[in-house]
Amino acid sequence: MSRYELLRQFADSWALLGMCLLFLGFVGWTFRPGARRHHDEAAQLIFRSDSDD
Amino acid sequence: MPATLAKSGGLFLAMIIALFGMAQAQDTAFAVHMGIMALAALIAALAVMAGANVAGQIGNDESVYDDAPVRWGVIATTFWGVVGLLAGLFIALQLAYPVLNLGFEYTTFGRLRPLHTSAVIFAFGGNALICTSFFVVQRTCRARLAFPSMARFVFWGYQLFIVLAATGYLLGVTEAKEYAEPEWYVDIWLTIVWVAYLIVFGGTIIKRREPHIYVANWFYLAFIITVAMLHLVNNLSMPVSWAGSKSYSAFAGVQDALTQWWYGHNAVGFFLTAGFLAMMYYFVPKQAERPVYSYRLSIIHFWSLIFLYIWAGPHHLHYTSLPDWAQSLGMVFSVMLWMPSWGGMINGLMTLNGAWEKIRTDPIIRMMVLALAFYGMSTFEGPMMSIKSVNSLSHYTDWTIGHVHSGALGWNGMITFACMYYLAPRLWKRQRLYSLRLINVHFWLATAGIVFYTASMWVAGLTQGLMWREYGADGYLVNSFAETIAAIHPMYLLRAFGGSLYLAGALVFAWNIAMTIAGRLRQEAAMTETPYNAAADRPLPAPARSAGLGGLQPAE
Repeated sequence: MSRYELLRQFADSWALLGMCLLFLGFVGWTFRPGARRHHDEAAQLIFRSDSDD
Repeated sequence: MPATLAKSGGLFLAMIIALFGMAQAQDTAFAVHMGIMALAALIAALAVMAGANVAGQIGNDESVYDDAPVRWGVIATTFWGVVGLLAGLFIALQLAYPVLNLGFEYTTFGRLRPLHTSAVIFAFGGNALICTSFFVVQRTCRARLAFPSMARFVFWGYQLFIVLAATGYLLGVTEAKEYAEPEWYVDIWLTIVWVAYLIVFGGTIIKRREPHIYVANWFYLAFIITVAMLHLVNNLSMPVSWAGSKSYSAFAGVQDALTQWWYGHNAVGFFLTAGFLAMMYYFVPKQAERPVYSYRLSIIHFWSLIFLYIWAGPHHLHYTSLPDWAQSLGMVFSVMLWMPSWGGMINGLMTLNGAWEKIRTDPIIRMMVLALAFYGMSTFEGPMMSIKSVNSLSHYTDWTIGHVHSGALGWNGMITFACMYYLAPRLWKRQRLYSLRLINVHFWLATAGIVFYTASMWVAGLTQGLMWREYGADGYLVNSFAETIAAIHPMYLLRAFGGSLYLAGALVFAWNIAMTIAGRLRQEAAMTETPYNAAADRPLPAPARSAGLGGLQPAE
């Protein structure tokens, strides 16, 4: 099997699966319990009163 | 003091090496570029020595933010913006009136066109990205910029890159790769500057006082890292001579084409999108004084953009010798990109939820909303044009040029102008901008300019596409190429008119920023008056008793 075919097979299978799982994991992480409170705090981060502007 | 000596000594050494390169040069362009580098090294060495006594001034006062490079960046952004738009208007007129090529090789369309694209994307856009990222990363990390002298090197090194690229285009130096035209030695210089940029930005994030890394910094970091990767891979090439300006790409044929458009589309995706979205996620909430609509959506927006954009490049190579599966892959991922793009647009627009009246009262918000609207429109148009059957009509026509400019003028331009308007009074500690009303003038000039530009290019593109594919009953093409050019000449004039309106708006912008820096305030009516009607502001007279129910009438 040529190196091209080997890489193509890897890209079509494990690499694709790994990428999809990573993506779903990153997106799913934002829906974890308690994420909303964390997100609300993060969104307010740029408005802290001790900020100079 | 030993540090100053080492620095200025090193710079003098760099100057000697550049002069040596100039003497050994195989071609004029390389000699000119080595001369520019030697001059830059000399100026830098003199600046280092002149600044030696007051080195304590830059110092490292950790109690204040380091805004000097941000201030320089605002000025550079304004300057290069006007230069780039002027070049664009000139080449638009060249297309309408070829006599404007002026008969010199240096002023032909082919050489001025990359000058225009690089000036607006890398000089105007790049300076805006560098200076806003330095501003935002300090505020969101609550820490002073890391490595102050390296940050100054990033700014000046980047300006040198711009000068080398621009002069190279005029001298006919090019790698012939769109948006990656500079030759190998300028690429190496940009790599050095970019690594320094990553170190300054990353170093500031590492020394942050704020535990959470705000989402704008995610986008900036993705922009910096991905552009580094794209730049390194696409510019892999072998110089013909170590003292010459010509090199050959490491790739050949369709692989070279795919590498180029993997680079080219991700330059759009990560330079012109991720970086500018970082600006959006900080400056829109700050100007609106409301947190972003959904922080969760901003994170999903981020990961979707990162995972999808990188595959979309092949849509630039539909119906070429690129394998069909790769073309389809590029098309499918481009269509999928529509979702995160609109998610991001909705997130930006809905940040104004409950404060929509700011569009009427705050001209900076109005400009930001226009930018987001154009972000949405061009990220809808783009996926549509990447569909192969649509692309068979639109590709190689002026429709593509119209699409690019709705994104560049509408999204990148307007969000950059809005951010500069936000930054100028704060960086120079002014009470307010020189004039808020001039922002409105700028807004309407720019908006009308974009409408003329994109509408004329839609018509021109469709005309070209339909004329090119028209067959007669005898099976021959009906139109010659020259006939299609004659047909769209009026559209070229309208496009140049749109461009001149947009440039006029940018000149108003430059005037406003310059006067703000000078500390002037324009005498003008306020944007909002206090609505008050003294006659109506009193109790109703006692009601007449004659009516049937006689109750109180509802007051207007």
